[in-house]
Amino acid sequence: MKLKNDQHSLESLSKEIRKTMINMGYASEMAAHFGGALSMVEILASLYGEVLNYKVDDPRWIDRDRFILSKGHGVLGFYATLYVFGFIGKEELDSFQKNESEFISHPIMNLNYGIESSNGSLGHGLSLGAGVAMSAKLKNQDFNVYVMLGDGECNEGSIWEAVMFAYHHKLNNLVVIVDRNSMQNDGESKDVMNYFSIEDAWKGFGWDVRSIDGHSHKELCENLTPDKSVDTPRVIIANTIKGKGVSFMEGVPSWHYGKLTEKTFKKALQDLGGEHNEY
Amino acid sequence: MNINESNARLWSKFGPRAVYGQAMLELAEQSSDVLAMSADLSLPSGLSSFSRKYPKQFINTGIAEQNLIGVSAGLAKEGFIPYVSSFAPFVSMRASEQIRMELGYMQFNVKVVALGSGLAMSFLGNSHYGLEDIAVMRTIPGLTIVCPSDCIEVIKVVRAAAKHKGPMYIRLTGAVNNPIVNTTDYEYEIGKAIRLRKGDDIVIVSTGSMVSKSLDAAKILAKKDISVEVVNMHTIKPLDVKTLKEIVNSGKPMVSIEEHTVVGGLGSAIAEYLTTLKKKIPHKIIGLKDEFGKTAEYDHLIKLHGLDGSSIAQKVEYFINSNK
Repeated sequence: MKLKNDQHSLESLSKEIRKTMINMGYASEMAAHFGGALSMVEILASLYGEVLNYKVDDPRWIDRDRFILSKGHGVLGFYATLYVFGFIGKEELDSFQKNESEFISHPIMNLNYGIESSNGSLGHGLSLGAGVAMSAKLKNQDFNVYVMLGDGECNEGSIWEAVMFAYHHKLNNLVVIVDRNSMQNDGESKDVMNYFSIEDAWKGFGWDVRSIDGHSHKELCENLTPDKSVDTPRVIIANTIKGKGVSFMEGVPSWHYGKLTEKTFKKALQDLGGEHNEY
Repeated sequence: MNINESNARLWSKFGPRAVYGQAMLELAEQSSDVLAMSADLSLPSGLSSFSRKYPKQFINTGIAEQNLIGVSAGLAKEGFIPYVSSFAPFVSMRASEQIRMELGYMQFNVKVVALGSGLAMSFLGNSHYGLEDIAVMRTIPGLTIVCPSDCIEVIKVVRAAAKHKGPMYIRLTGAVNNPIVNTTDYEYEIGKAIRLRKGDDIVIVSTGSMVSKSLDAAKILAKKDISVEVVNMHTIKPLDVKTLKEIVNSGKPMVSIEEHTVVGGLGSAIAEYLTTLKKKIPHKIIGLKDEFGKTAEYDHLIKLHGLDGSSIAQKVEYFINSNK
C-alpha cells in the first residue's frame, strides 16, 4: 500500500493503526505500552503512507529509506503500522507477547518484516541511524534515515553525543522525529526532567528544528522530507498527546504501560469509531 | 607488512598501539570497506598516518564512546567493517551497553580495539588501566575476545578480524619495547591456542603480555629441571576447549596468567570450563589483585604485581611443590 497526497486516507489509516493496536494489546491479555504508541500514530501513518520510499515485496531493497524506532516501547504502534502497510500479517500480530514470539514489547531486528534494529534500551537509535546515514554518504546512496525518539528518551546523554556527530558530519539525509508527548514513565516530563526548551537545545547543536502539531498529517508531510540543499540534519519536534485517540488514555501517565479489560477495550474501540474485532 | 625477525624487533620498539595503526594502513590499502574510528584518540591509536592517508575511511566521533559504538554499528549494518579504538576502560565500560545491544544482541560486525589494557597506561593511573575489561566483555553473548601476545600477533589479529564475520573485542596489552614472542610468520586462527613450548611438569596458559613473561618463567624453571609447557591462549572467547581438554587429560597441573584482575578473566573462563569435566587437575589463577593499586612505570608495576618472569617462576614452582 502506498499513498501519495491523500490526507483523508492518512486519517483513515491512522484510525486503522489505532484500532489494530487496541485489538493486539487486548488479545495479548497482558499490559502493553499504549500511551507512547498512540501518540505517534499520525507520524507513522505519514511516514509509511506518504514520505518513506520502500517496497513491501522487497523489504531489504538497498535504496529503501530506513526507519529506526529508537523509542522501542512504542512498538505496538510500529507493529500495527507494519501490518496496515503489509509488511507483516495477522499471524505475526497474533503472536504479540506470546511465549518465544519475535513480536514482543520492543522491536527485534528482522529486515524481512521491515524492522531495522533491535531496540528497548533508550538512547541507542540515533547513533545507529547516524551511522547508517553516514554510510549512505560514503557510498553515495540517496536514501534517507528516519529516527523516532521520545522526548523522555532525550534525557539520555548518548542522544546528545549523536546530535553533535550528525551536525559535524553534515548528515542532511537524517531526520529525527521527537514524539513530544510530554510524559514519561514516572509522570509528566516537566516534573521528571524539565527542559528549558527542547527546540533551543536542538537549535544550539545546529539542527534545522521544526516544531509542529504531531497529529497533523499535513504538517508532518510538509516537514518530514529533508532538504538536501542545506548541510544540516533536521529534527521535527512533534507535539503530541500521550494516549491520543482513546479518551481515557489521553494525558494519563498510567497508560504509559497498562492492561485493557473487556470494558476498557470496548470503550477504546468505541472512541476509535465503533466495534472492530477483526484486525 | 613482512613478518620477519628484523621487523619483529622494529615493531616491538613501536609497541602494540603504533603497530595496530600500521596494520590498519595495510587493511585500508586492500579494502575501502574497512574504517578506522576513534573517540578523539587517533594519535594514541597509532592512526595519525591512517587519518591523513585515508581521510574518507577515518571517522572521529569526538570524546563520545557510546556514540562511537552506535555509529560504528550503523556503518556495519550497511556493510562497512569498522575498527573502533579507545583506551580499554572507556570503550569496554563507558560503552558497555552499546556493545551489548549493537554488537552482542544485533551482531553488527564491529571490531572494538582496546588500547593500553592491563597496566600499560602507567602514570595515567587506574582511570586508564584495563583491569576488568575481559570480565565485563566476556559476559556479553556473541562477542569474540582476543588478546594478542606481541606486536606481530597484533598484525595477525587485525588481519584475521577483517575476515572474521561478527563483533570482536581486541585487547592490546604491553607498551613500547614490547617483548617479542614470535619472530617468523605462523598460522593464526581465532579460537585456536598455540603451544609455544612443550613441557612435562606443568602447563602455563597465558594471554597477551603474559605470554612472553610465561616463556621467561619457563626458561628460569628449566634451569631447575622443571619442564614447563607454555600455551598462548590468544582467544579468550570462544575458549579453545579442545586444547584445554588435552591439558586436563595429560594430568599436568595448570597455571593461567593474565594482566587482568583475577576476577572474571581468562583464569575464570578456564575454571568455568574445568567444572564441566569429570577429570580434575590442579589449576591456579595468576593475575592482578582485585583492587585499585599503586601507579608506577609499567615494568615496575608488572614486578609489583608479581607478573615478571622470575616472580611467575617462583609462584609456579611453589604451586608444583604444593601439589606433590
